[in-house]
Amino acid sequence: MSMELRTSPHQISERNVPTIMKHVVLSLLPVCAFSVWQYGLSALALLLTITATCLLTERLLNRSAGQASTLGDWSATITGVLLALTLPPSFPLWMGVVAGFVAIAIGKALFGGLGFNVFNPALIGRAFVQAAFPVAITTWVPAFSAQRFSEFVPTTLTAPLMMPPDVVEWVKLQAVDAFTGATPLARWKFENVIASTHDLLTGAVTASAGETSAILILVCGLYLAARKFMDWRIPVAVLASAALTAWLFQLYDPTHYPAPTFVLLSGGLMLGAVYMATDMATSPVTPLGVWIYGAVIGVVTVMIRYFGGLTEGVMYAILLGNALTPFIDLYTQPRVFGTRQQGKNK
Amino acid sequence: MSLPNQADEGITFDTFMEGVWRQNPVFVMVLGMCPTLAVTVSAVNGLSMGVATLFVLVSSCLLVSLIRHLVPKEVRIATYIVIIATFVTLVDYLIQAASLALYEALGAFIQLIVVNCIILGRAEAHASKNPPLKAVVNALGMGVGFAIGLLALGGTREILGAGKLFGISLFGEHFQPWVVMVLPPGGFFVLGGWLLLFALFRKKPVTEGGHAHD
Repeated sequence: MSMELRTSPHQISERNVPTIMKHVVLSLLPVCAFSVWQYGLSALALLLTITATCLLTERLLNRSAGQASTLGDWSATITGVLLALTLPPSFPLWMGVVAGFVAIAIGKALFGGLGFNVFNPALIGRAFVQAAFPVAITTWVPAFSAQRFSEFVPTTLTAPLMMPPDVVEWVKLQAVDAFTGATPLARWKFENVIASTHDLLTGAVTASAGETSAILILVCGLYLAARKFMDWRIPVAVLASAALTAWLFQLYDPTHYPAPTFVLLSGGLMLGAVYMATDMATSPVTPLGVWIYGAVIGVVTVMIRYFGGLTEGVMYAILLGNALTPFIDLYTQPRVFGTRQQGKNK
Repeated sequence: MSLPNQADEGITFDTFMEGVWRQNPVFVMVLGMCPTLAVTVSAVNGLSMGVATLFVLVSSCLLVSLIRHLVPKEVRIATYIVIIATFVTLVDYLIQAASLALYEALGAFIQLIVVNCIILGRAEAHASKNPPLKAVVNALGMGVGFAIGLLALGGTREILGAGKLFGISLFGEHFQPWVVMVLPPGGFFVLGGWLLLFALFRKKPVTEGGHAHD
């Protein structure tokens, strides 16, 4: 009789990076599909272009570093898809290529690849184009325009390095009722108009390609959380702290500050909380740390929205949370069992 | 090496090329980052800052080298700073007289040449230990290297940030400027890109040719 001696672990999980990443991509498909249905060809072209750029950049950098291809871990795909979803659907494709390249090259590869990156790569890409092309990234077009499946938004096909054309005339031709060219957050900030909760839930508002329907993002997030592909505590902490902060402000001055539901449902908070903040490489691992991290993101988001120059603060809030992650992990280490005697540290 | 090696103290081609290539102040030693990042929003600004620094560097290295046996060791740094400050004051007035617009664009960074670590570094590490001619040749190389670095940064940032080079439009009027490039973060991005490129160039002869260029 032969006996095999083995050390732990005895139960080996089927879960690895590619499996988890693949499920995240799958769960993003409904969000992408909704975005394409809403914005048509332009959104589809943006999604495909940015994802292709991310994959190509990853492959080229792998080759130049003499590494094996890391396309198979699906992380570059996620970066590309998420990046496209955070951009306006009318974003010129060549700027999308810049964003995708920066996301992978500066956001991930320079740090040493997946797992070594300090910041969420997709948000690095977005932060770069936000700083480089502030006008294009705040140009919005109406959803559900009649010819969305037969023609591109004029800005989409801007020639490389050239300035995108003005879309005001094109938007008028679409004859969409009461289109103001501003997101719900901008309308609240500059015109004091609050979008209805129903519109925010179903996505009948002006927004980035993937930020429109809060319900859809929540359902996809629930799937990931239920299968334990992401830490449910992070989105809960982000949304709860944002809601609590918004509620406190509303108590202080209800005429000036909107209701917590508006804060939760508008802008990129849902997408950010569910898909960006939960990035495994850039969020804390300790149980307490996860709550602190989420709370910081929620509070900073509301602070930027209320007191900052920008209308939306989710991106910078998450990047700040990413930057704090190593410190949060350092100071929230759980006590190792047996290292304390009679209430005193050994 | 094009010039034959002289004695130990001799001037070789490398005395000049050291600053341009092997020990380039911007791309290899990463010294003088304050003017490098702050004033390089356009090629003209970068080049004039480089030339101003070149002038101060060469003149102070010459003077430091000439009086190298007279200065007591204990007060050498103070002496170097006084010498450098003298030439910086000269440059300050010169630029003000030549072009007021440029003077305003470069701002406090002209006066700040006095604390540029390249100049004090070369005075301390090279000029104070070598005869005047060698010190001047070396300082010239370092200054040229610094000017090239600033021109490269300023050129890249002007092309991307404004679609121009030396004020001449390159892409027509519909060019989309990359606003970030004329902002401070753009300086860091472009500097990082150039450092990467330079490291690649410098690495090649070592890995392929078998010996480095030094």
